[in-house]
Amino acid sequence: MAQSAALLEARQVTSVRGERTLFEDLNLAVHPGHLYQIEGPNGAGKSSLLRIIAGLLQPLSGDILYKGELRQHVRREFLQDLLFIGHKAAVKPELTALENLQFFAATQGQPCAEPPFELLAQLGLVGLEDVPAANLSAGQQRRIALARLWVSSAALWILDEPFTSLDVAGIALLHQRFDAHLQAGGAIILTSHQPLDWAGRSLVRLQLEYSW
Amino acid sequence: MARVSNTTLLLQLIRRDLRVALRQRSEFLNPIIFLLVVITLFPLAVGPAADTLARIAPGVIWVSALLSAMLGLERMFRDDFRDGALEHMLLLPCPVELAVLGKVIVHWLLTALPLLLISPLLALLLSLPMQALPILIVTLLLGTPVLSAVGAIGVALTVSLNRGGALLSLLLLPLLIPLLIFATAALEAATYNLSAAGPLAMMAAFLVLALGLSPLAVKAALQVSVN
Repeated sequence: MAQSAALLEARQVTSVRGERTLFEDLNLAVHPGHLYQIEGPNGAGKSSLLRIIAGLLQPLSGDILYKGELRQHVRREFLQDLLFIGHKAAVKPELTALENLQFFAATQGQPCAEPPFELLAQLGLVGLEDVPAANLSAGQQRRIALARLWVSSAALWILDEPFTSLDVAGIALLHQRFDAHLQAGGAIILTSHQPLDWAGRSLVRLQLEYSW
Repeated sequence: MARVSNTTLLLQLIRRDLRVALRQRSEFLNPIIFLLVVITLFPLAVGPAADTLARIAPGVIWVSALLSAMLGLERMFRDDFRDGALEHMLLLPCPVELAVLGKVIVHWLLTALPLLLISPLLALLLSLPMQALPILIVTLLLGTPVLSAVGAIGVALTVSLNRGGALLSLLLLPLLIPLLIFATAALEAATYNLSAAGPLAMMAAFLVLALGLSPLAVKAALQVSVN
């Protein structure tokens, strides 16, 4: 692993859900240019770990550091540099693909002066601009959510099962985008049950065990 | 890393939520129609005598306003909780309290503004003396933001429960009793040509308190709910 300064660090994080300890004293350093894949069986706490890192879930103990400082002390800077796409993707079913995308772009500080038709075409959503997201297929909704990756300037991406319901072409497109992001010095943490077809040295695997 | 100002985020949130609400009109029209129906039932039930109606008008208008507010309240965070927009909101690079205030503003625009617009009609239906109409509008102006702000706390607490509806009313209505008392007191004073300044000042105090403190409580409640 490269010895560059860590973008994000988890120090001795312990998480307990109900009576069950998900993981204890977990340490993780996230370096720019690397992709971290968290693996483990259902219920091992993969999503919980992602949510703890993003700050949606409080760990029982342990600290999350962003660029060497406690995350809660640099909340705004951290959130500006973070892109979190959870299991529920925050796509509004009443709004069209275009409206959802424009909202995401504006909240990420990249307001679109004109509709991002090129991006929609790239994602295979062309011709569906006026259809409410509720009427689209699961894969198409997933594509709307993932379109955020193209309008974001955040360095740290946290993605919970990004490949769910995507077709082969969609997965390839996502791989391309990941590559570009890592090249540009970003970092990605994701969970996925699929083995990542990643021909690079920049992949770090983290195995979570199911424990009682 | 692009910096986004608080104002931009607030306006974007409000714009998106208004747009979503306008796509599901029945959701936000239901409470106001409910209110109108309840109020038209009273003259039918207690008789059309103007003095009887004028006597009960303040109470009837405010109780129906309270109940109809309960109807539309749940949707403030429920849909966002289901589709993940709530998590997105908590992770916006702005204070959570600000985003919550945006939600309260949207709720007020969708439920209280129509109520304000039809309030002269309500006054007419219940033969409220005309000198009390300005006071009715003032009590609604001061009181409805309190409904939205205090309601937000209840919704935030119950959003992760599957059937939070009844619990929500049980939780909130007792908290809103002071508001009801002072609003009807102001209206009653106005119908007898007395000064309503005292109760109105109390309502203004509630308003300041609710708008200032409820975002803090809602933030805490939401963080528990997404946990």
